[in-house]
Amino acid sequence: MEKRVVFNERWLPYLLVAPQMLITLVFFFWPSAQAMWQSVLVEDAFGGNSKFVWFENFVSLLSDPSYYDSARLTLIFSALVASIGLAVSLLLAVMADRIVRGASIYKTILIWPYAVAPAVAGVLWGFLFNPSVGVVVWLLHGIGIDFNYVMNGNQALLLVVFASVWAQVSYNFLFFLAGLQSIPKSLIEAAAIDGAGPTRRFWDIVFPLLAPTGFFLLVINTLYALVGTFGVVASLTQGGPGQATNILVYKVYNDGFRGQDLGGSSAQSVILMVLMILLTFIQFRFVERRIHY
Amino acid sequence: MVENRPWLTFFSHLTVIVGVIIIAFPIWMTFVASTHDQATMLQSPVPMWPGTHLFENYRDVLERGYDGRPGTVPLYVTLTNSLVMALGVAIGKILISIISAFAIVYFRFPLRMTFFWMIFVTLMLPVEVRIVPTYGVVANLGMLDSYPGLIIPLIASATATFLFRQFFLSVPDELAEAARVDGASPMRFFWDILLPMSRTSIAALFVIQFIYGWNQYLWPLLITTKESFYTIVMNVSRQANVVDATPSWNLLMAMAMLAMLPPVLVVMSMQRLFVRGLVETEK
Repeated sequence: MEKRVVFNERWLPYLLVAPQMLITLVFFFWPSAQAMWQSVLVEDAFGGNSKFVWFENFVSLLSDPSYYDSARLTLIFSALVASIGLAVSLLLAVMADRIVRGASIYKTILIWPYAVAPAVAGVLWGFLFNPSVGVVVWLLHGIGIDFNYVMNGNQALLLVVFASVWAQVSYNFLFFLAGLQSIPKSLIEAAAIDGAGPTRRFWDIVFPLLAPTGFFLLVINTLYALVGTFGVVASLTQGGPGQATNILVYKVYNDGFRGQDLGGSSAQSVILMVLMILLTFIQFRFVERRIHY
Repeated sequence: MVENRPWLTFFSHLTVIVGVIIIAFPIWMTFVASTHDQATMLQSPVPMWPGTHLFENYRDVLERGYDGRPGTVPLYVTLTNSLVMALGVAIGKILISIISAFAIVYFRFPLRMTFFWMIFVTLMLPVEVRIVPTYGVVANLGMLDSYPGLIIPLIASATATFLFRQFFLSVPDELAEAARVDGASPMRFFWDILLPMSRTSIAALFVIQFIYGWNQYLWPLLITTKESFYTIVMNVSRQANVVDATPSWNLLMAMAMLAMLPPVLVVMSMQRLFVRGLVETEK
């Protein structure tokens, strides 16, 4: 879409985009180019000298079993965060949409977690599940379950998933609710008159019409699980115990910033960037199409 | 409501209430923990009902910081840093995005689409995937441990630019035409017509971006080394990771409450704007 009426000025438009362009170039393009450049260099242990090594960093990364472990873990983690997050928020949105009385109070509370930073969410859940004073651990102990996320890798992963889902639920809920409210009531009424019960109406009318929203949220949630959950991991487990919660985005930070392996970390950055670009591309292809439906 | 099904209505309420309880429970427990003294919070089971040390705990962390050892920065400094950063990011994003959207929609100039795509690409390059080199750039510019370092690298914004672009495209052409016929300069048109019309979009965007800025974690973690530049979110997370023999859960949770309170208040007091801003920026 383009404007029919435009102003004719020679320099003004450049002046107007200059601040945005300057920041984009200095803080986005330049570092990203550097990440790509560093990913083909090896720096010796004393710093200073770096050597061009073609794709050696990528080769050693891709032949490193710990990288595959982290990639596999990220896949499981993202699938869990996205599926649980979407299922829970869809259920809540469908139920909240039915409710007439008290709906706004429910809604107000359900959008709280959006305002809580993932890093703070990690601290909150870490407190609830703290091995010595956590109230949930105490309750679980009462029914015979020993929960210790500091020692047990699977439990740690589960806890990171819960905290991540909790922090993202409001976002999904709001979008599903907006999607539900844009479904024409006449469709639902017509189906009801024809004798379709609530379950049938949900699966045959509501669910298909929500599919675009659901797909959009699936992409957003995958991006969130890939990148946005950094704060949760950093606050809760720091990748541990062992490597149990060392997802790719945390590994980039850990190897590059703490382990000082610049080449390896940059190669990981480049791989993550490619993933992000693919996902964003899918998202926008879909948004373009959604406009016409 | 299509038909009356009491059982289904009951079930809906039940589901949502269970959801609300699970959502609110971590926040409730955090609040409760911040109202007891240290000893109470060290023995399991911890209380589930508020105690009597609320003011004491909050005064403690605000005035002395988490453990009050020499050199610890009191939390009001940290909170101020977060506020400066959140306001700076929100206002900065809105300022540079609205003028670049204005240029892209209302002018025809060489490289226009190149600029547009360059802004678009920033969506795909969050800080998390280019940690080390971005740190390098900021360090070279001498912006570590400074407010500009906390704010400026985060204010490039594709989403805000797109939102304003969408909005400007929906503004009737006749307005620009009339302004031009009357001899108004482009900037006059921008100030007197476009800007006042964009008020609601600006407010909605402000709410979203304020929360975004306040909740930043990795960025302040990377570029601050002095405690006087820490932000509250990273400080809470950092403190939670320090292994203490006898952790002061009461104080840590008071800090967590202070980290959550401003954005929660913003969301609740401007719920309508917030929902609008969220649903519109993301589509």
